[in-house]
This record gives sequence, C-alpha cells and structure tokens, in this order.
Amino acid sequence: MTFQQIKNILEDTSPQSVEQLAQEAAQLTRRYFGRAIGLYSPLYLSNYCSSHCTYCGFHSHHHIQRIKLAPEQYLKEMQFIHAQGIRNILMLTGESYKHTPVSYLKEAALTASEYFQGIALEVHPMETAEYKELFAAGVDGITIYQETYDRSRFAQVHLAGVKKDFDWRYHTPQRAAEAGMRQISLGILLGLSDVVSDVYALYEHLRALEKSFPGVEYSVSFPRLRTVKTEALASCAIDDVQFVKILCLTRLLFPRVGINLSTRESPQLRDHLLEIGVTRISAGSNTSVGGYTLLEEKVQDPQFDIKDGRCVDEIVKLLKAKNFDPVFTDWRHIENCS
Amino acid sequence: MTDTPLIIAGKTFKSRFLLGTGKFKNKKDVSDSIAAGGCEIVTVALRRIDLERHEDNILEHIPPHVTLLTNTSGARNAQEAVRIARLARASGCGHWVKIEVINDSKYLLPDNEQTIKATEILAAEGFVVLPYITPDLYAARALVKAGAASVMPLGSFIGSNQGLKTKELIQVLINEIELPVIVDAGIGAPSQATEAMEMGADAVLVNTAVATNPNPAGLARAFALAVEAGRLAYVSGLPTQQPVAKASSPLTGFLYDDIPAN
Repeated sequence: MTFQQIKNILEDTSPQSVEQLAQEAAQLTRRYFGRAIGLYSPLYLSNYCSSHCTYCGFHSHHHIQRIKLAPEQYLKEMQFIHAQGIRNILMLTGESYKHTPVSYLKEAALTASEYFQGIALEVHPMETAEYKELFAAGVDGITIYQETYDRSRFAQVHLAGVKKDFDWRYHTPQRAAEAGMRQISLGILLGLSDVVSDVYALYEHLRALEKSFPGVEYSVSFPRLRTVKTEALASCAIDDVQFVKILCLTRLLFPRVGINLSTRESPQLRDHLLEIGVTRISAGSNTSVGGYTLLEEKVQDPQFDIKDGRCVDEIVKLLKAKNFDPVFTDWRHIENCS
Repeated sequence: MTDTPLIIAGKTFKSRFLLGTGKFKNKKDVSDSIAAGGCEIVTVALRRIDLERHEDNILEHIPPHVTLLTNTSGARNAQEAVRIARLARASGCGHWVKIEVINDSKYLLPDNEQTIKATEILAAEGFVVLPYITPDLYAARALVKAGAASVMPLGSFIGSNQGLKTKELIQVLINEIELPVIVDAGIGAPSQATEAMEMGADAVLVNTAVATNPNPAGLARAFALAVEAGRLAYVSGLPTQQPVAKASSPLTGFLYDDIPAN
C-alpha cells in the first residue's frame, strides 16, 4: 500500500468507512488468532536514565526519586506478579548502561525465568553480542519503539543520551533478531509527529524486518502520548477514531502480526478494541519502579499514568464473559541457543 | 463394505477426524467439539499448556480415551522442536508428538528439512512422530526413513480455510508413501474434508474452521460425518470422471457381433 493510499484511509473518518475497516480487521483477527488474548504485566526494574526524551516521565532532567531494584526487591515484585497468575513479563528500565548494564539485566532474567514462561525486555538498545547473552539467560522478546520515524522531530524530542542516535535505535530490532530473539515488538508514540508518515514508516520497517528475519514473531504497539502526573505532553493528539483506524489498517496489512495494548487506554476502549484486532494486553499494571510491593502509591513516580486500573482477576473475568480465552502462557522455556 | 481401521504406530483408531485445540473461545468448546466430532486424536501446543493453573489447563478438558498429540508450535528449527518434545514428555504429556517447525511468521510454512532432522532424533528416542510438512515426495520419503509414524501434508496455508490447494502433491504422497497420510491445515469446510478422504487420505486434521465457528461442536459433528462419507466413498470406489457424456446402455452394440449384447 502506498503512502497516499494509507493517507486516504486514515483521513477518511466517515463512520461508514471506519465500520467497514473494523469489520474486515475483526474477521482477519478471528481467523488468525481466534478468540485468544495474551496477557502480560510490566515490571519496572529501574528509572535511572541518561536520555532526555521530552515526553517521558523518567527523563534525566526530571527530579524524581531514582530507584534501581536490588535482586531481593525484584524477586518480591516478580513473586507478586506471578501470584496474580501472570506468566509473561515485560521488564523495563530507563536508558542507562551505567545503572542497568547487561549483567544486571541478565541476573533479573535468570530470576524471572523461575517464575515466568515468557520474558521480554524494554530497555536501552544493545549490541548483538549483548542480546545473545540475554537470549541465553532466557529473554525471548525485545520491545523497542522508534517513537517517531521523522528524523527532525526525533532530534527535537530526544535531547540527550543514547536515544539521540536515530540509526542506532532503528537497527536495534535487526540486532535483536540476529541474536535469536523470538519476539520483537515495534511501535510509534502517537501524538509525537505526523501520524500518517509515522504509520507508513513503521509498516516499511516491519516489512523489511519480515523479509530479513522471517522466523521472528512480530508485534506492534501504538501508545498514545499521555499525561505524566497530569502534565499534558502530546503535540498532535490522536483521537479514538484515528486510533481505531490505525489498528484496523495494521491488521489488514499484517494479518498475523500481534497488536499489543497497554493500560494507557481506558477500560471501555480496551474492551472494544479486543473485538477488532488487539491480541495482547497488559493487566494489573503498575508503571512505577517498585510499584507492586515496595512503594506506597503516593510516593510512586510512574512512567505514564494508567487509565485501566483493573486487576488481573477482573480482566480475566471480563475476557471470559466476552467469550475470549485469556492466554497466560504462550511459550515454554527451552534452553536458548543462538 | 468393510474398511480397515486407521492404525498409527500400532494403535488403532475408529475416527479419522483429528482436532487441533488453538483459537477456541473457551476450553468447554474444545471438549464439546471433541465429543461431537468423535475425535480420538487431539493436538495441543505445549506452549499453551498451563500446568500451574488447574482451571485453565487444556489437558483437563481432553477426555482420557483421547490420544494426546503434543505439538511443537513455536519451534523454529530442529533443535528447538526436539527440546519442546522432550519437555512435553517430561511434563507428562506422553510421547506422541506432532513436529511443527516453522521459521516464517508470515506464511507459517513448515520447514521440511528441519522437520526431517527433528523426526530422526525423536523417533530414535522412542517418540511417535507425526511431522507436519509442505507436501513433497522426497521429504516424505526421507521422513519414512527417519522413522515417522505418519506424514501430515498441508492442504493450504494454515488458518486460510482455502481447502486442498496442494491436491496434486498430496495425491502423490497418498500413492507413494506407505505411512498414513493425514491432511493438515487449510481445511475450512466439511466438503473439503470429504474431498481429501475421497482422494485416499487416511485422515484429516482440522482446527481453525471449528475453533472460530460460532457453533464449534455443530461444525465438528459436520466434519466427522464428512470425513466418514469421504472415507466410505474411497473404500467403495468412485467412478472415473469422463470428459464427455457416456451412455450407461450403448445404442450401437448390436452392430458388432463379437461384443455380447447387454
């Protein structure tokens, strides 16, 4: 599909065209994913960050309490998440090679593999050799969002740290795939830049990766810029209609690619989007370091504010009531060899 | 008309309709579909078996008389398939394994070469191996040599409901391979299952069509009947198709003395 075709589709917001797209997307989603919905929880390990991304609650110029979980602390957080029934975990950090080096992430992964069947990381970009080490330690997935594919906008919002390097970040999925990672998740931060250009560029990126690394299971996320402690950040806000169209178009062009949805979105919207094309959702999330068991809510510094605060049990009950099959395990740990 | 039963690795089955368990909306639909379809072999992805959560453990919903065929979904090469199969056996899922090695997330086509390697290793370790393949005569012959218990060629892309797009190639396997040929993937309608059975396939495996139907048990029953009809037709013998009309009573036989009159 050309840029112009994508633009035409996304700019046509008539209710009939949105409905038509949604019907087609829903049909493809059911054919390729059935009514199974994957569940995961995020675990924030550290908020130390050397990058300065103007839209992020963790950036280096924010005066927030900096915490890095010690092994006994992340163990406690993992045990809590495990007790909720969750078996897929996404471990996150700020971008700091110094505070959260590969050795730290490896230790966390080894501990996590005692409790979880699927382990993914959303951390700073690394070298292929480092990803290989993490893969061998049980990490199967890497989440890395380009945020925006517009180079000038990218430079405007990424003021310091490793994240300033557009190309290093752009080639991260490739390095992760070379290291043997099974799942790679891409994404753009909606609201940061021109949406049509970013969606088009994301699709191009994904197509190129599919060709070079066909064995990887890809998924995409479309986080919308949110408030952090009520501070509004989006420069070009994406409304629900546009958001739904982006999800539908993604399903139409990539029928087998997973679509993730975080608790950034409201319960009502999340529930509707399950019918249309979302295949994986986070549940019972806390986006603060130590937020599950260690810190009281009033002293927490979240990366973004959560809109869907329902616990795992509530989400599971809701999924079942809506005739979805909540999937806790979608992988079984085998010894990873690159 | 008497028929011989389906025998795989020395085990006899009355049903020739195998069911996959992915994509169902709940576990009850799985057990209802197994019952309605009279299925005796059911395949489950090890990656989806939640041993810790009793209520959500798919194995709890499969009746004990059914042979569990664990599949290696998620394996990208022979090594991974072998590890998954061993883990399945160690987890109490038995030693019947469907090898799925897929290293392409867009088309989900099986990698025959890696599948043969995995089959060789696992068959030597005592597994009953049913490999899922892209229909190819040489691959099927190599699988026979590797110790496979059947071959499972795909009818069309998995989940596509497109039926027997690979019909001619499957027919070659039916003609030449002594092992049971089970048509797997792409069968979206009971009529397509009948078609496969009429060709002489030994069994069919269906998943998406049943799992994503609003009434899965109803469709499972339809598939069971379709498989049975196709098998009966194959065993009874189908008339050869003729390019033009052929009268059942010849009109000009009397002209030739050496042809006895009807």
